[in-house]
Amino acid sequence: MKKEGQIRIPSGCAIAAVISKEGRRMSGEVVVNAMMPMHDRSNGLGGGFAGYGIYPEYKDFYALHLFFDNRTVRKDCEAFLKERFEIVKSEHIPTRQIPAITDEPIIWRYFVAPLSSVVTLMQVDEKEFVARTVMKINTELKGAYVFSSGKNMGAFKAVGFPEDIGVFYKLDEYEGYSWTGHGRYPTNTPGWWGGAHPFTLLDYSVVHNGEISSYDANRRFIEMFGYKCTLQTDTEVITYIMDYLIRRQGLTLAEAASVVAAPFWSTIERKTDPAEKEKLYFLRSMFPSLLVTGPFSIVLGFTGGLMALNDRLKLRSMVVGEKDDKVFIASEEAAIRVMEPDAENIWAPAGGEPVIVRVREGAI
Amino acid sequence: MGVEYIYPEFEVIRNENRCITCRVCERQCANEVHSYSPELGIMLADETKCVDCQRCVSLCPTHALKIAKSPCTYRENTNWQNDTIKEIYKQANSGGVLLSSMGNPKPFPVYWDKILINASQVTNPPIDPLREPMETRVFLGKKPEKIERDKKGNLVCKLPPQIELSMPVMFSAMSYGSISYNAHWSLARAATELGIAYNTGEGGLHEDFYAYGPNTIVQVASGRFGVHEDYLMAGAAIEIKMGQGAKPGIGGHLPGEKIVGDVSRTRMIPEGTDAISPAPHHDIYSIEDLRQLVYSLKEATEYKKPVIVKIAAVHNVALIASGIARSGADIIAIDGFRGGTGAAPTRIRDNVGIPIELALAAVDQRLRDEGIRNNVSIVAGGSIRSATDVIKAIALGADACYIATAALLALGCHLCRTCQSGKCNWGIATQRPDLTKRLNPDIGSARLVNLMTAWQHEIKEIIGGMGINSIEALKGNRLMLRGVGLTEKELEILGISHAGE
Amino acid sequence: MKRVYVNEEWCLACHLCEYNCAFANSGHSDMVLALKGKKLYPRIHVEGDEKISYAVSCRHCLDPLCVKSCIAGALSRKEGIIEVDQNKCVGCLTCVLVCPYGALAPNEDGIMQKCELCLKNSAGEPACVAGCPNKAIVYEEREVI
Repeated sequence: MKKEGQIRIPSGCAIAAVISKEGRRMSGEVVVNAMMPMHDRSNGLGGGFAGYGIYPEYKDFYALHLFFDNRTVRKDCEAFLKERFEIVKSEHIPTRQIPAITDEPIIWRYFVAPLSSVVTLMQVDEKEFVARTVMKINTELKGAYVFSSGKNMGAFKAVGFPEDIGVFYKLDEYEGYSWTGHGRYPTNTPGWWGGAHPFTLLDYSVVHNGEISSYDANRRFIEMFGYKCTLQTDTEVITYIMDYLIRRQGLTLAEAASVVAAPFWSTIERKTDPAEKEKLYFLRSMFPSLLVTGPFSIVLGFTGGLMALNDRLKLRSMVVGEKDDKVFIASEEAAIRVMEPDAENIWAPAGGEPVIVRVREGAI
Repeated sequence: MGVEYIYPEFEVIRNENRCITCRVCERQCANEVHSYSPELGIMLADETKCVDCQRCVSLCPTHALKIAKSPCTYRENTNWQNDTIKEIYKQANSGGVLLSSMGNPKPFPVYWDKILINASQVTNPPIDPLREPMETRVFLGKKPEKIERDKKGNLVCKLPPQIELSMPVMFSAMSYGSISYNAHWSLARAATELGIAYNTGEGGLHEDFYAYGPNTIVQVASGRFGVHEDYLMAGAAIEIKMGQGAKPGIGGHLPGEKIVGDVSRTRMIPEGTDAISPAPHHDIYSIEDLRQLVYSLKEATEYKKPVIVKIAAVHNVALIASGIARSGADIIAIDGFRGGTGAAPTRIRDNVGIPIELALAAVDQRLRDEGIRNNVSIVAGGSIRSATDVIKAIALGADACYIATAALLALGCHLCRTCQSGKCNWGIATQRPDLTKRLNPDIGSARLVNLMTAWQHEIKEIIGGMGINSIEALKGNRLMLRGVGLTEKELEILGISHAGE
Repeated sequence: MKRVYVNEEWCLACHLCEYNCAFANSGHSDMVLALKGKKLYPRIHVEGDEKISYAVSCRHCLDPLCVKSCIAGALSRKEGIIEVDQNKCVGCLTCVLVCPYGALAPNEDGIMQKCELCLKNSAGEPACVAGCPNKAIVYEEREVI
C-alpha cells in the first residue's frame, strides 16, 4: 500500500483555534480539550497542534521540529544542518509514553540561526534560505522530515486522536498566545506522522478541514516557485500558497484571502467601490491558478495572529466566537463552548470572508 | 477511360419511388452530379463528380436520396489498401502532388478518447450548476512575476494586455478567401455575442468586420496578406502564424480563382494572382528573429495588444514553446496534427506533426519545469471536438482551446474534405456568389452560438461534478484525468495516472 | 399581423418553397403521395434568374385590388388575410390581371387559389417559411406602409 506522499489521500477533519488579542499566554491544554467534543470528526489516523509564543527564551532562533526514521539519518541530517546553521540547542522533544500513541519516529528539535555567509552566498534573504533548506531536507533526505520551522512557534503532530496527541506531547506544559488544533479523518491508509496537520512553513501553520478540488492545479502552479509538495495534502499546498502570496508576493492577509477564495465575477461586478472592484478584478486575473475550489475551512497561524477562511461556497462548517480578549474558531460550536462556556457573538463567517485576528501591537 | 479510369468513390442512391423530380438536388449541386432527363422523366446522376458533401441529401424534400461508399473495390489487401492504390493511380495520371482538405483522417490514436474524467464522491461534494454559480471566464496573456505597490502601498492593478473570454474556447484561424464572407461574418457575430474571439486567419480583415474588432484576433502570417496598421489595431490580439497543424513546415496557397473582388482588396494583392504564403517568415529564420517581430508588432500597437505565436505541434514542440515563452510573446497557440486546412498536400497532412494531447502536455510541463508557465498562456487546437475535449485540454494545462472544424460543422460543413475545389456546396469554402449566399449569417451565427452555449453547459455540469466551480481551478489539474489503455510512456508524457491507480 | 416576407439576398432559387406549398395544400400527409407524377400548382413562385431570385406570394395588401376587382365576390379580406371562396370563383382571371405581384394563379381545375398563410391547412403556419433552408422567406410582424 502506498504511503502518504506517494498518493493523495482525501480526508475530512475537525479544527479548533484560540488567540488572545492581548498576547496573554494560555496552556496548550485549552485547545487539546476543544478537540474532545469533536472526537467523531477524526478517526485516530492523525492530529496535531501549533502554538505561537511557546519558545520565548529562544524567540530569535528558528525552531526546527523533525521526524527521523532512525539514528543514522538524524546524524546525517545534523551534519547537513551544521553546514548551514549555528545550532544553539538540540534535543529530543519531550513526550509522554501513552498506549494510544505508538510507533513514534525519533522526534527532535533544533534551535538554529542561519550562517550568514551561506545565506549571502545563495543571494536570498534569511527566510527564503530557511524555506529552501526545509524543502531540501524534505525532498532529498530520505527518512528525515521537518514539520515545523518558524520562530517562537512550533507544531506537534502524530498519528492518533488529537486529544491523545496533546497528552503525548505534554502540551499542558507549553504556553502560547495562540493555538490551533486539528483532528484528521483520512479515508484510507494508516496515515503517516508527517502527513498529520498542522502543516507549517517558517512561521505559517495551516489546519484545514476539507478536500479541495483544485489541488493539482494549485500544486503544479506553486511548484514552479521552488515549493515541493511531498505529502500531496491540501494543507501542504495551502500553506505554500499562503507563504507565496504573503511572504514572497507581499500581499496582505485579506488580499491573499481574496485570491484563494476569490469572489465570483458576478460579485466583483456588483461592487460599488471602484477601487475595491479594480483590486479584486486584478487579484483574480493575476493569480487564477491559486483559486482554491472545493470545500475547505482553514485557520492560518502566523506570528502575531490567526486568519480563518472558508471556501467561497462555504461547503465546510466553521464558527467563530469571542470572550474578552480571546477569539475562538472551530468546526463546531461545541468546541468553542469547551474552551469558553460563556463565549459570545458566535457566528458563522460567510464563504470567502476572512476572519483576521491580530494580537495588539506591542503586546508580544 | 482505360488505365486512367478510377471508379467513382461514391454511389448516389435515389429511391425512385420517393423522388418527385423537384430538381432541388440538381439546382443545389455545384459539382453538377444531378440532372433531369425530360425524355425519361427521371433524375440522373453522374457519380464521378460526387464528393459526398450531402447537400442534396439534406435538401431532398422526400428523403429520396442517400450517398453510399461505392462497393466497387480492388482486391482486398492489408498493405495495399484501396485508397493507397487509388492515390498511386491519381499520381500516375497527373504527375502531381496529392491535395486534401480538413484534418488528418488516418487511424492514429485519439488520446482524448483514452482519457477519462473524475467526479466527486463522498469526500467532497459535487456542485450543481443549476443552483450554484459556475464560472468559465478566462484571461489569456502574460502574468507579471510580482505585484507592485505605489508609494502609498496600494496595489498597482495593472496587467499586461489580456484577452478576456467568457468561456475557454475561440474560433481558430480561417482566412477570408479560404472561407467566404458569410462564414467570416457568422464567426464574427457569434464570437461577439458569446464574448469569445474568432481569428481572421492570414487573409486580412474585411472592412465590414472592423466593428467586431474587440472579439477578433488578427493574424500575421508569412505572406503578410492584408497587414497594415489599422488592421493590427483593429483586433483584440495579434497572432503570428509560424505553422499550422495540418501542414507543418509549409505555407499556404490560395489559387488565383479565389482572389476576386473583396478578397483581393482585403488581402491587398491583385485580382487573380495566386496568394502564396512562404513556408517560413522570411524575416524569421530563428528564435531571435521571432522576438524582433513580436516586439515590432507590440511597438506598432503601442503595447496594447497581446501577441500570440501559433506553431504546429512538431517533435520538439516543448523546446520551441520554451523559446517562444521567452521571446516576449503573451500567448502560445499549439496546433495538433489533426487540425484542419482548406488545402494541404495529402502526404504532409497525414504524416507530419504530432498529436495535440501529447504536445500540450509536454509544453505545459516543460514551461512549469522552467518556471516560465506564467509568461504565456497556452491555447490548444487541432481537433477539439467536444466539451469534454475542452475539459481534458484544460486539465492537461491549456488556458483555452481553438476550434475550427467543429465551428465549420456548425455552419453546415459535412467534412467532404474537398475545400480545395472551391465549390463548397454549403457556401463556406468558396467565393462563388451563388454558393456563398447559401450560408445566411443569421442562421450561421445562431448555430455557432448554440454550439458554444451547449458546450458551456456541458463544461459547467462536468466541472461541477468534479467539485470545481471555476474553470481556472481545472487548469493543469491533471489529477482529474486518468488514462485507459495507454502505455507507461504515454501516461508519463501526459502526466496522468492510469485508471484504477 | 404577421406576414410572409422575402429576403432575396438569401434566396437560393432551390424552389423548395413551391413544393412545400403545394404539399401543404394538398390534403395529403405524405409529400410523395401528394406530388409524385403530378403537375405542380403552388401558391408561391420563385422568380428571377441565376444572379437574383426571390419567392413571390400574396402580400395580403391593406387595400387589395384583387378583392375590389373580383366580379363574383369570391375574394374577401378577413382579419387581414385575403381569402378566395372557391365555390364563388368563376375563373374569369380578372384578379390575375390586376394583382401587381402576380400572386394569384388558377389551380388545375381553373379555379383561383392563393396563399392563405397555411392557416387553414394541416401545416398551421406558412409551409414555405418552415421549409426554406436559408431563411430567405420569413413570417413575421412588420410595420406595413
